[in-house]
Amino acid sequence: MEHALTDNELNLLLRDMLDIYGYDFTEYAKASLKRRIHRIMINSKITSYNAFRYRIQNDPVYFQTIVTEISVAVTEMFRDVNFYKTIRQKIIPVLATHPFIRIWHAGCATGEEVYSMAILLHEANILHKSLLYATDINDAALNRASRGIFPLNNMQLYSRNYIESGGVQDFSQYYTANYNLAKFNDIFREKMIFSTHNLVSDFSFNSFQLIFCRNVLIYFEKNLQLKVLKLFDQSLEMFGFLALGSKETLRFSGIENKYKQFEDREKIWKKIF
Amino acid sequence: MPASLIAIGGSAGSLQVLLDLFEGIDDNFPIPFLIVLHRNNRFDSSLEQLLSYKTNIPVTEIEDKDSIQQNHIYICPPDYHVLIEKEKIFSLDCSEKVNYSRPSIDVVFKSAADIYGDKLVCILLSGANADGADGLRYAAAKGATTVVQDPKTATVSYMPEQALLASKINFILNRLELLQFIRSLV
Repeated sequence: MEHALTDNELNLLLRDMLDIYGYDFTEYAKASLKRRIHRIMINSKITSYNAFRYRIQNDPVYFQTIVTEISVAVTEMFRDVNFYKTIRQKIIPVLATHPFIRIWHAGCATGEEVYSMAILLHEANILHKSLLYATDINDAALNRASRGIFPLNNMQLYSRNYIESGGVQDFSQYYTANYNLAKFNDIFREKMIFSTHNLVSDFSFNSFQLIFCRNVLIYFEKNLQLKVLKLFDQSLEMFGFLALGSKETLRFSGIENKYKQFEDREKIWKKIF
Repeated sequence: MPASLIAIGGSAGSLQVLLDLFEGIDDNFPIPFLIVLHRNNRFDSSLEQLLSYKTNIPVTEIEDKDSIQQNHIYICPPDYHVLIEKEKIFSLDCSEKVNYSRPSIDVVFKSAADIYGDKLVCILLSGANADGADGLRYAAAKGATTVVQDPKTATVSYMPEQALLASKINFILNRLELLQFIRSLV
């Protein structure tokens, strides 16, 4: 099927997902949602909208795979090297002044960002007094993140990113290789707490000095973005940092007056009110 | 049908064409432009800067949920796909590359066609891969006007050639004709 879903077709699907399974995707940005659902249909070799709708209504296991696919993220360790360079050089020294550090990775997917941050904390000798809370709507991704296992093939890219973002250690010391997999050292995992959390429906659960939410808000409509940013504002300590994706913004969010952009080019804001 | 959006896609060899083009377009040109050039994600903002030396039409690199205004040039940022919502705002997307590209011209052209239909003009310039060919085909089916740079005049002709193989293109133009064509849209 070539045609994109119509608004009406999409709305019916979203209604079903909410009514039957309690997942509310109604405020996700429609264009990317339609595109993802269309690709799911193609990958499942389902050619009719009605067949797809029927399957969602009657097959909870299939529906769970859709939840996974709708929120799938393409991610790398130390992705956006300038961002991580700024974290390493400018943010970590500030975090280090706290007796205890709590960081929230909201929408952590398969965990690459969390392990990147753990490595930075370790190299600054502050991992021992840190806790990284990593949450996502996607159970399957969380399971993988929790195991700390990544394809060995990716390590070359991650290592390059690590170096370009200012890393000077031997990256391979941080994991052990086995067949085609790389497992990161337990010292990192010990400082991580993985949990499901739905940014649409769940509440603030702690207070943090740093919140990462990079390239997650882009999948939400503006109104939902505002609600989630308020949630982050409630969860962030005074003088704490909020880190978004490189083309995301706090403009017109209702909370921008409480924040000051920390570095000119990077999307990291410091809470000042 | 009068055009409400002009989407221009390209890769290797397109930059100079774009710069020359905008030098010749009036500063008050009302129809917004959406530019998708394949870029390296280490690129700084120089495309935005380079264009703003050539034209006084406001130039911005798209941020998530920016709205589409008249008399404006929008540039797709590196390493994101760009989609358009029916409220005429941009949504960014970080999913996997399409035709080895992110931003992908196909993705932009298709999303623009879904929203703008026959009020869309899609232009494909020079480049070394086939990104954009399928997008033009899709856009044409939605009533958009499709244009490719004449392969004989394109620095790297593969991209427009692939487009010509994939669907019937409304106009095949050299650089001067392209400028005249755009001017004729108002």
